[in-house]
This record gives sequence, structure tokens and C-alpha cells, in this order.
Amino acid sequence: MITKQLSVFIENKTGNLIDLTQSLGEAGINMSAFSLAETSDFGILRAITSEPERALEVLKAKRFAASLTDVVCLLAPNKPGALAEILKQFAEKNIYIDYMYAFSDGDAAKIVIKPDKLKECMEVLMQIKN
Amino acid sequence: MPREQMRKLQSERLKEVVERVYNNCAPYRERMQQAGVSPADIKSIDDIVKLPFTSKKDLRDYYPFGLLSVPQEEIVRIHASSGTTGKPIVAGYTQNDLDIWNEVGARCFTAYGLTNSDVVQVAYGYGLFTGGLGANGASETIGAITVPASSGNTEKQIMLMHDLGVTTLACTPSYALYLAEGLKGAPYKREEFKLKIGVFGAEPWTEAMRREIEESLGIKAYDIYGLTEIIGPGVGHECIYQNGTHLCEDHFFPEIINPETGEPAAKGETGELVFTTLTKTGMPLIRFRTRDLTSLNYETCDCGRTSVRMGRILGRSDDMLIIRGVNVFPSQVEAVICELPELEPHYFIVVDRLNNSDTLEIQVEVKDDFYSDELPKMIDLKKHIAHKLHSVLGIHPDVKLMEPRTIERSQGKAKRVDDRRKLM
Repeated sequence: MITKQLSVFIENKTGNLIDLTQSLGEAGINMSAFSLAETSDFGILRAITSEPERALEVLKAKRFAASLTDVVCLLAPNKPGALAEILKQFAEKNIYIDYMYAFSDGDAAKIVIKPDKLKECMEVLMQIKN
Repeated sequence: MPREQMRKLQSERLKEVVERVYNNCAPYRERMQQAGVSPADIKSIDDIVKLPFTSKKDLRDYYPFGLLSVPQEEIVRIHASSGTTGKPIVAGYTQNDLDIWNEVGARCFTAYGLTNSDVVQVAYGYGLFTGGLGANGASETIGAITVPASSGNTEKQIMLMHDLGVTTLACTPSYALYLAEGLKGAPYKREEFKLKIGVFGAEPWTEAMRREIEESLGIKAYDIYGLTEIIGPGVGHECIYQNGTHLCEDHFFPEIINPETGEPAAKGETGELVFTTLTKTGMPLIRFRTRDLTSLNYETCDCGRTSVRMGRILGRSDDMLIIRGVNVFPSQVEAVICELPELEPHYFIVVDRLNNSDTLEIQVEVKDDFYSDELPKMIDLKKHIAHKLHSVLGIHPDVKLMEPRTIERSQGKAKRVDDRRKLM
């Protein structure tokens, strides 16, 4: 399904992540997936949250450079070769992946994908499901 | 005033001021004797080149009252420059000097189109700094309602501007930008304000910064020029054509010299600006080297004024940073930053020395709409900014993208450079 991902530009400095996660925590917003892309002096935090719009509001009020991005969120079986199978389908349809992150828990793996073509990506996933 | 008539006036006044300093100020007398020149040698304004220079160092050496040309009882006011290192530079004013200051200040305000029906909020700091009291005197002299808000407390500034129907804001250009940011979050609509004119000075600013201020505040922004040593704001002003700063040359005679040789520069050439105060009595200065780099234009302006116009100040020769052997002015960095639509008009420069090589870090803030969730896009943006800066500066800077509102906003004179090199 298509989900709104929270994206935040942050400088690399001690305590910065604490401030951000605490702000979300105090607002009662939970994060179910999280990734950090970094360069030597700044990074981009990406998270799937329980209430994306409110999370954006909370962080904007604290002057974080936050925005929402449409991403694809899917559950795949937690077994060898499952991800490769999905990626193969994307490649066949020339869908390019800007970035992705995933984690597994028990039998299932949660995968977040930012494709260049959102609609086509969803079509592929629907086909796999059927 | 026709040029010949102006030169005649300047010649007379120069003769008078040279007599005054020679007779009443020992350091000036000694200097002139050493240079083999006496008041009798000064017959016209052209003879000014025979006179020795005065430097900032002289003002420090004779701190605080050594360069006065009157008995101390005649001094009625002291101002001082915001010296960043050690003792400040102190200037003493007689009542005559304050009257001159009010007159030239009023001349500036009139050139911006201000009259006694205007309401002027002075958000320069009041105190030793000449900005607050200088703009205050100018505003009162033209009979405008003067609001001596001084600097700081942005919310109150905005409230006063709104409630009192302020038409004119006088402050540093960097504080104007800060107020513009504050206005975005204020509980008033733009049409509820009567603000139309800004009088900005006390720090060099670029044409790009002017456009930024004019757009964000919806006003016409004019330069007012001044230096504590000469008198304060009122030495020069722009007119409605915004095409150079008219100097009040009947009081402050300008020259442009080659900063290395001290020789007069060719007509229209860029060099160091030098002033002689023709009418001051408290602490007249002869050929004071300002360290400001600019050029002079003697053509009559579209506004009809014949007074000489000074070009944009390219920087103070003091502000110039020599980085890896290349001359870099903060004003160059500012021009690039203000031109880039992706960036806020705020920046901070950090110069350091790492393994015997100079490093130049330029911190910038990206505008909200230009942050991306994709790393390559942010890296490309950073490269793009670095490339633009390199094309102007001639050296490669290390661009650092900062989080929103983390670069310090200035409420007075902006501090935009931190030179951490420890040079012997």
C-alpha cells in the first residue's frame, strides 16, 4: 500500500536524534520503520509513523526540516529469495528504486520502497499478490 | 551646486580645518611638520594630497582624547565604534558637530522622500554606536514622528510598527531581514502596515540583499552611509534612483587612493576611500583612511543632484580574508547566497587552518521547499552551491547545509565570519 513517509533533514551532531525522537514520543507518535541515510555532515531520516500528518506538524513546530513523501510499504514472507523475486519484477518493468529499507519480525518482513514510478510499482505488487 | 562652486567651498573649508588642527592638535602639527607642509601650503582643495594620512591606528594610539582640536569642555557627546579587538575607537562631538550631523542626516532622509508626515522607527541600537542617535537626530530634524525603539525585541518592534502606522524603518540590513522573518509569523496582515521605506546602513550590503529585503518587506530600501570616525550615519545617502550613494561632500571630502601605494587612484577607479572632515570642530580628521573599498562617480545623477556618488562598498580591506593566497570578501559570498533561490539569505563563514592549509567552510540554510528526502538530490544541491561559490571566489569552499534557523540571526551588526586561524 502507499504510505506517507516522514522525511527529515538533520545535521550530524550529538543529541539531534534524541531531540527529534523525543518530540515524536511526547506527542504519542509511534514509529514502525526507520532508516537513516548519511553523508559526512548531514543525514536524512526516514520513518513510517502512526500519524504522519501530525508527526509533520509536531516537527515543523520544532523547526525541523520535515516533509512527507509517498512511498510503497509492503509485507513479504521472511524467507530466502523472497525479496529477490519482488525486485526481479520491478526490474522487468523498468522501475527504478530511489531507496529502500526493510526489517523482519517473525514470519513477515516489512519493506519500504521509494520507487521512481509509484503507480507502476503498485501495479506490479498487485500482480504478485494475485 | 555646480562643481566649480563646490570646489571653491571645499577649498575654503579645507584651509580652515587645516589651520584648526595645526594650531590646536599636537599630533597633527607634528605630522605636518615631519611631512614639511604648513597651513600656508594649502591654497585649494587640490593641495589636499600634500597632507599626511590619518589611520585607524592613530585613533587607537591617541585614545581617547588625543586627537581633539578643542578644549575638552567643548565636547558634548562621545560615540565609539564597536571595536572587535581591544579598545574601541572613540570620537568626541562639539555642539557644532551634532548640528552638522543633524543637518546631513536630514538631508539623507529628505532624499528618501521622507517628510514631517512620516513615522520613523529607529531600530538601530541606541548608545555608543552612532546608528541609533544618528538616525534619531535625522528623523527629528525633518520633523517626522520618531519612534526610538532601539534594537532587539522583535515582537514588540512589529507591534509598534503595526500600531503606530510606522512608514519608515531604520536599522541594519541584517536586522531588516530578521524582522521580515518575524513578520511571517506575526498576527497581522501586510496591508495593515503603512511601512514603505527602509533606511539601512552600518554594514556593507549587496544589491541582491537589497532585492531580498524589498521583496520580503514590500518596501523601497535605501542605503545610508556613515562611519563613527567621520560622524556616523549621514555621510552619504542614496536617492530614489538607487544608483550610488551621494556623499555630503561639502562637509566630508572624499578621495580614492591605491591602498598599497597611498597614491590617488585614477578617475572612476576602485580603491580605498579617504575622508577629510571639512567642518567638524571636535575631532576633525584629515585624510582618514576608511579601509572601505569603492569608487567615485562625479556625473550628475538622474535626480539632479550634482554631489559625487560612491559605488557599492566592495568590502572593508579589514574584512578581506586571504584564503590559500586568494582575496575573499564576505560580500562576494553574500551576493552568491542571495542569488540562489534554494537558500535563505543567511550564511556564516568559518576559516581555519588544517595541516598548514586554509579551509573555508560556508554554512547555509536551505529554504523549506527545497529539502528533499533523497540523498543524491541534497548532495547535488550542495555541489551546485559550491560550484557557484567557486566561480565567484576562485577557490573551492566546503559548503555545509544547516538545519532551518540554526545560523545566528543578527539584531545589530551581523557577525558572519569566524577566522579560527592562529597566525603568528
